[in-house]
Amino acid sequence: MDTDFLIQSLSSIVAASTPLILASIGETISEKGGVINLSLDGSLALSAMAGFAVAFTTGSVILGFAAAMTIAALVALLIAFASITLRQEQVAVGFVLTMLCADLADFLGNPFVRQPGPSVPHWPIPILSDVPVLGPVLFDHNPIVYVSMLSVVVVWWWIYKTQPGLKLQGVGERPESAFARGVNVNRQRYLYTVIGGALVGLAGASYSLSIKLGWSHRHTAGIGWIALAIVIFGGWNPWRVMAGSYLFGLLKTLGSVLQRNPAFANVPTQIFSSAPFALMIFALLLISSEGVDRLLTLLPKQLARRIDRAIRGRPPAGLGKPFVQK
Amino acid sequence: MKRSRLIQIGMGIAPLLLALLFTTLILMVMGASPLRAYGLLVSGAFGRAAKVADVVAASVVLVLAGVGVSITFTAGQWNVGIEGQIILGAIFATFVARNVPWPQVPLLTLMLLAGAAGGAVWAVLAALLKVFGQVHEIFGGLGLNYLAQGLAIWLIFNPWRPEDGATMSGTDPFPDPAWMPRLGQYRVAPLAVVLALVTMGVVYFLLRGTRWGLELKAMGKNPRSAFMLGVPSTQRLLTAFAACGALAGLAGAIRASARYGRMVPEISGGQGYLALLIALLASYQPQWVPAIAFFFAAVGVGSPQLELKMQLDSSLGGVLQGSIVLAVLLVAGWRGVFSRRLLRKQRAGEEV
Repeated sequence: MDTDFLIQSLSSIVAASTPLILASIGETISEKGGVINLSLDGSLALSAMAGFAVAFTTGSVILGFAAAMTIAALVALLIAFASITLRQEQVAVGFVLTMLCADLADFLGNPFVRQPGPSVPHWPIPILSDVPVLGPVLFDHNPIVYVSMLSVVVVWWWIYKTQPGLKLQGVGERPESAFARGVNVNRQRYLYTVIGGALVGLAGASYSLSIKLGWSHRHTAGIGWIALAIVIFGGWNPWRVMAGSYLFGLLKTLGSVLQRNPAFANVPTQIFSSAPFALMIFALLLISSEGVDRLLTLLPKQLARRIDRAIRGRPPAGLGKPFVQK
Repeated sequence: MKRSRLIQIGMGIAPLLLALLFTTLILMVMGASPLRAYGLLVSGAFGRAAKVADVVAASVVLVLAGVGVSITFTAGQWNVGIEGQIILGAIFATFVARNVPWPQVPLLTLMLLAGAAGGAVWAVLAALLKVFGQVHEIFGGLGLNYLAQGLAIWLIFNPWRPEDGATMSGTDPFPDPAWMPRLGQYRVAPLAVVLALVTMGVVYFLLRGTRWGLELKAMGKNPRSAFMLGVPSTQRLLTAFAACGALAGLAGAIRASARYGRMVPEISGGQGYLALLIALLASYQPQWVPAIAFFFAAVGVGSPQLELKMQLDSSLGGVLQGSIVLAVLLVAGWRGVFSRRLLRKQRAGEEV
């Protein structure tokens, strides 16, 4: 196979997975603290619209990103307020906000539909981008792509290697004991929900200002739901969440390559456009079903245990449950 | 006594006012006159008899679907897959309409039954994924929605392609006997209205007055203790999903047969998601669904006027609907906080 073509494809997979990584990493942080932000699909659309609209009006991409992050963080704050302070069901509030944000994005974004606008400038990293193969694949992109990679490292390091990260884990896993040790559980939950929301906003803006430029009706095409599923698929671990995002990006790119191949000209396009969602169901089925357990018992015990640990993840024990501080 | 009554009424109206305030702000951001927009919404929904008929026809679908998800909500399940179940119902009904050359009464009966079966199959699929695959019903359902949409479009563009090839407007119209009879020149089918109201009554009775309904309620309130009490959870879950799917499929069949008289790509167009919002507002009580569905349908029928007359996007209707539900949740939560505080104060007073 043509190496140039391969490198080019890998590079485009890395770029195209950016919003997915940012959104699912953001969701990972909130869920690690115990709060499900189900509104992802809506807040992603709204922040993508807001990011593009602000960048278009002001001519500043940076302001666009700032606006997108603010909007999605506000949506997350509303979820935190409704579920933590007002004790409403997280999933209910999140679902309503999914619908509301998507409609708001359509309504407010109407004047910006299909307008050509600014985008994040290309910025290859000096020296690193000249490394053969790895250079063009990883380091020949625009800054937001590097930010998405960095977010994985930073979030992983924060959760697993720092004192505040330990606190965060405690808040999500065993809020009672965290509280007994003097942690203000609900304040922590507020904090990480909002931070996670800001990352979702970054994802939205990266979509409209870097991956699929501009704004149109249903611009983000269900990607928020995929990101939510990837958090589960990745077992709430940043590295595996990233791997899941890239895997998804790879399969999607593979799909569009196949679609352009004349040998597949007879395959209806609907198969390709529905495939991501069939894949989503299949991936969730793979990691959670008892069928996998049965398959694993056929393997040698040690290997089975290792595979089990590699593909399974347990949700934080306090996920989705309100905590009453007294 | 009188004061508490006033507070109660105020609490009922507060969410509506909050939502209107929010939508007004949004309209002002867009530089549009809120009064004109609301006027268009009302006249667009009730300005002519034909429009009122459209509102009634749209409510029928929302009532069936909203009553359906009340069943799954009662069992504690988020049947987000209802959108796809409506689509499958329409697909099954279309298949019958295109292939069975029967006279009207048996044909329509078969179409409705087929629609219900189609919706039920799709719903049971989501339930099986949940029970045997541990895939949460929200993700299973959503995935199935996109698959159903893909299937619908594929059918319209390939085996059911119309003779003139204009696929975006859907398949060729059904043969005459497959059209549900309408009220004169209006686009509302009286039969469908009766069907929706009867369904509402039946489900109300099933949830209130039968063991099945009681067991679903127990599962929704506390799945662990329901299981301990010997409720056959898996079977109840499957039947709840099947019942909801059947009603959704019925709604889809009615949309194809009474509203379009053909299969179109946007056959559901978000009606399923709206039904979830309606059931949330009705706090899963079937008897409240029709009134709320009527209101939502009016907003839905009225909002395209904004596009025609004010160059605004019709999604304002969705903004209004969504913010009402959100405001209701927030106000209910705030009342909870308020009453807990009051209780604490009272207790503190007693101790002194």
